[in-house]
Amino acid sequence: MALNEKNIKDIAHLARLKIEENEVVESLTDFSSILSMINEMQTVDTENIPPLANPHEQIQRLRKDAVTESNDRDNLLKLAPKTTDGLFLVPKVID
Amino acid sequence: MTWETVIGLEVHVQLSTKSKLFSGSDITFGAEPNTQANIFDLALPGTLPVFNESVLKMAVKFGLAIDAQINKKSVFDRKNYFYPDLPKGYQVSQLDYPTVGPGSLEIKLENGLEKTININRAHIEEDAGKSLHEDYQGMSGIDLNRAGTPLLEIVSEPDLRSAEEAVSYLKKLHTVIRYLDISDAIMAEGSMRCDANISVRKTGETELGTRTEIKNINSFRFVERAINHEARRQIELIEDGSSIAQETRLYDSELDETRPMRSKEIANDYRYFPEPDLLPVIIDDAYIDAVRDELPELPEEKKQRFISQLKLSEYDASVLVANREIADFFEKVAIATKDSKAAANWVSQDMMGLLNKNNCSILETTISVERLSKLILRIKDGTISGKIAKSVFDLMVSDSSNVDAIIKEKGLEQVSDTNVIDRLVDEVIAANPSQVEQYRAGKEQVIGFLVGQCMQRSKGKANPSQVNSLLKEKLS
Amino acid sequence: MIEKTVVELASALSTGSVSSVELTRAFIDRITTIDTQLNAYITVDEQEALKQAKEADEARARGAHSPFLGVPIAHKDLFCTQGTKTTCGSKMLQNFVSPYDATVVARLKDSGAVTLGKTNCDEFAMGSSNENSFFGPAYNPWGKNRVPGGSSGGSASAVAADLCAIATGTDTGGSIRQPASFCGVTGLKPTYGRVSRWGMVAYASSLDVGGPLAKTAHDAAVMLNAIAGHDPKDSTSVAVSTEDYTQSLDAPLTNLRIGLPRQYFSQDLDPRVAAIIQETARNLENLGATLVDIDLEKSTLSLPAYYVIAPAEASTNLSRYDGVRYGYRCEDPLDLEDMYTRSRTEGFGNEVKRRIMIGTYALSAGYYDAYYKKAQRIRRLIKQDFSKAFENVDAILSPTSPFTAFELGAKKDPVSMYLEDIYTLGVNLAGIPGISIPAGFINGLPIGAQLVASDFREGLLLNIAHQYQQNSDWHKQKPSMPMGV
Repeated sequence: MALNEKNIKDIAHLARLKIEENEVVESLTDFSSILSMINEMQTVDTENIPPLANPHEQIQRLRKDAVTESNDRDNLLKLAPKTTDGLFLVPKVID
Repeated sequence: MTWETVIGLEVHVQLSTKSKLFSGSDITFGAEPNTQANIFDLALPGTLPVFNESVLKMAVKFGLAIDAQINKKSVFDRKNYFYPDLPKGYQVSQLDYPTVGPGSLEIKLENGLEKTININRAHIEEDAGKSLHEDYQGMSGIDLNRAGTPLLEIVSEPDLRSAEEAVSYLKKLHTVIRYLDISDAIMAEGSMRCDANISVRKTGETELGTRTEIKNINSFRFVERAINHEARRQIELIEDGSSIAQETRLYDSELDETRPMRSKEIANDYRYFPEPDLLPVIIDDAYIDAVRDELPELPEEKKQRFISQLKLSEYDASVLVANREIADFFEKVAIATKDSKAAANWVSQDMMGLLNKNNCSILETTISVERLSKLILRIKDGTISGKIAKSVFDLMVSDSSNVDAIIKEKGLEQVSDTNVIDRLVDEVIAANPSQVEQYRAGKEQVIGFLVGQCMQRSKGKANPSQVNSLLKEKLS
Repeated sequence: MIEKTVVELASALSTGSVSSVELTRAFIDRITTIDTQLNAYITVDEQEALKQAKEADEARARGAHSPFLGVPIAHKDLFCTQGTKTTCGSKMLQNFVSPYDATVVARLKDSGAVTLGKTNCDEFAMGSSNENSFFGPAYNPWGKNRVPGGSSGGSASAVAADLCAIATGTDTGGSIRQPASFCGVTGLKPTYGRVSRWGMVAYASSLDVGGPLAKTAHDAAVMLNAIAGHDPKDSTSVAVSTEDYTQSLDAPLTNLRIGLPRQYFSQDLDPRVAAIIQETARNLENLGATLVDIDLEKSTLSLPAYYVIAPAEASTNLSRYDGVRYGYRCEDPLDLEDMYTRSRTEGFGNEVKRRIMIGTYALSAGYYDAYYKKAQRIRRLIKQDFSKAFENVDAILSPTSPFTAFELGAKKDPVSMYLEDIYTLGVNLAGIPGISIPAGFINGLPIGAQLVASDFREGLLLNIAHQYQQNSDWHKQKPSMPMGV
């Protein structure tokens, strides 16, 4: 599972991050050393061990179906970088 | 060479809960932008989801209605991708453990035969918000009212073989959903949406061809057109020696064509994994049984009952049960009039004709159960004739006053006064000597003509059976 | 007065020997003079604090009583506070003002606490030194140019230097306990789900938990009383009933069995650290506990499992920072892609980006089973390891960190920094509670001992810690502030 520079760029793209050309090598080195630490896991046999997602293995509680929220648009829109007419604005979305 | 089209449908249904899937925001359709998007819906830092119990119940209801396996454990997953209408950067959905497992629906084909369409699964997920493409200072506007609205995604197996089958399946699905009352399922408003996976292959082949996914089809009619168009496009490509690219395409109803979606060009790696802010949903038999007890009578059961209990024909029963509101309307009229045959005729012909003409629901006309029942009762008690009743019905559409008042005001009561009819019959006998002659000579069918003359003279108001017997009496 | 514990301050406030306004003013003065050296706070809201203090005094005059009434505290800047900035130590949220309070914040408010401000931390809680803060590193009051630990470094530093009476922190892999160890304070990581995560900005959802950094175990118990308990807004908050954590503090330690994991005392451990923990063990033995050598065979797997699970969850928890609805947006984006990529690249610091990358990779197609799922299987093994140990012992004693506070910039390679947390990570993976208490000094720098118990036994940990503190004075040591130039 050795990684190359293209892999690093692809992963960065999936995460919508940009790795500058002059950072790729360092990033790859970091990444590889972390991965080799992580790969220590592969030495352990976990064949019949089910994954543990939540430490207490609780079950989901259900919420009553009721409207508990009221319109707070004016306050919430103030947090946004760019808005107009009650809308959040972003560069053109193309379907 | 003949070709076969293979279609699988992914239908998204917006569940008609009061609040969102994971937050207490309102989901009423048509609100001002972003007035129904709270801190969780906007994915503010630190906010967390809590699962709405109605969503679970509606999903289980649907599963039971299609005889599906109900999974006692369902798990929410995150489907990760960046899009401005997706505030968290992931959609919460169910990948490996959907609430509803395999089930099926029976559809009726053009040739009258039934076909079973297998449903692979139905899972719960969040709807996204909307990107508005009008120009806002050269930018797009984002409305997140819809973000987090509960959806049930119903995934069929690729069992459909034509656009007609696909529409028939979709209509059946619509009927079931409306019976369960778990969604408005209005395609034009987007509360029911359909993506179609389409491939073609030479008849007789068993391998599936490369498929394309068509998104954004928002009416039954467009489903048919989009499938036909896409199948034709694929066949032409193959016949030209090209191959089909597996891609997501958009149906453009104005141009009646499909085209590739630019935003889906880069194959997405959705990085599904179990949503750690939510826990597995566990249900038991008692829960499932309780939901089952709440299930309404479903179309197939209702149809059988209409046939056996109300003595309807198979055809009438099928027509009436296709829409829950119509079936309920019919049944109420049948009970009120104690005449299921008349109720079936009036509802399936006159009422449904009216609905088609006005493109509205049976609950939106001026003809209520009470008014139609009254009309039928007035035929039965002899106040008006069946023929006059049609005119009264037409008047009732625009005049919402009392049925009796309409009959009275327009002077449409049936005439049963023996003296009046006696005079009428005498007049007709006098005016039609040659027909009277023929009748007396043994040509009995002429009586029909003479009755017709009497009805005409009375402007349809004379009681036809009284006229009939009096004529026979006088001519014998 | 500012050096006093919460328990002492509450008593002074209730007898009227000091008012909350006086006390709050004193802390603000202290912050003004000292925090230029420590950078423990990102935001100090003087006006708001004095307003709350005045309200507390008025409430008390009306006869109100509550454990925190008028006591000045600080929140790690990962907890949302309505009306005050919540930055998470990130440029991404540099100007973000939350429209709501975290449950922890609301509960402490309800209990009468006065909020002095928001403490510094590693960006989005990712770090073990507080060097990963957009607002500059926080410093350790015990040594010039020493890190306070992380990620709750500002909270630990502030409590140690008397810049607040007590502070909240969050712990995903050791982020309360390790800075507590470095700064010589008491830090409690409650059982996962014991404290609501609503409003506590997520790093890794299945590991994060909030808890106190305090001057004493008794104070930590008082804060846990205020913040623990089920919250319907957090699906992962547990419905197990809470207790009054101050009730069991005085229970004797006789009949308690305390385990010492052989794996933690290997030859790799600095002998000075080992000696201090052995000394702590002997003290606990003198208080009546029985010491038992135990095994935590899977403990070395905590590091790799943690560095898959935490980054994986973080990578998607941080997808919401996209420059659309709040937070940083790059200047003049060319198009949508450019807005996403530049806003995130410019808004996040290096360690955050590194973990997002690792997490993205671990979840990506073809690697999910080998990484994320594998790590979750190992997580179960680690939980089982602890469960097995707790069949035989009530608590487990170990160092909190293998080192004392290091100098800024000393750990450049990420993996060596990650090794900081080898004793604490497993506790988060298992979801069990842990506490770090001051246990001694090496070259004038404090070092903590970690005690760990099974699910929901915070009461026991606080009991042991309190008994230890009744019979030791490590926790009473104070750094000399301001530090010499």
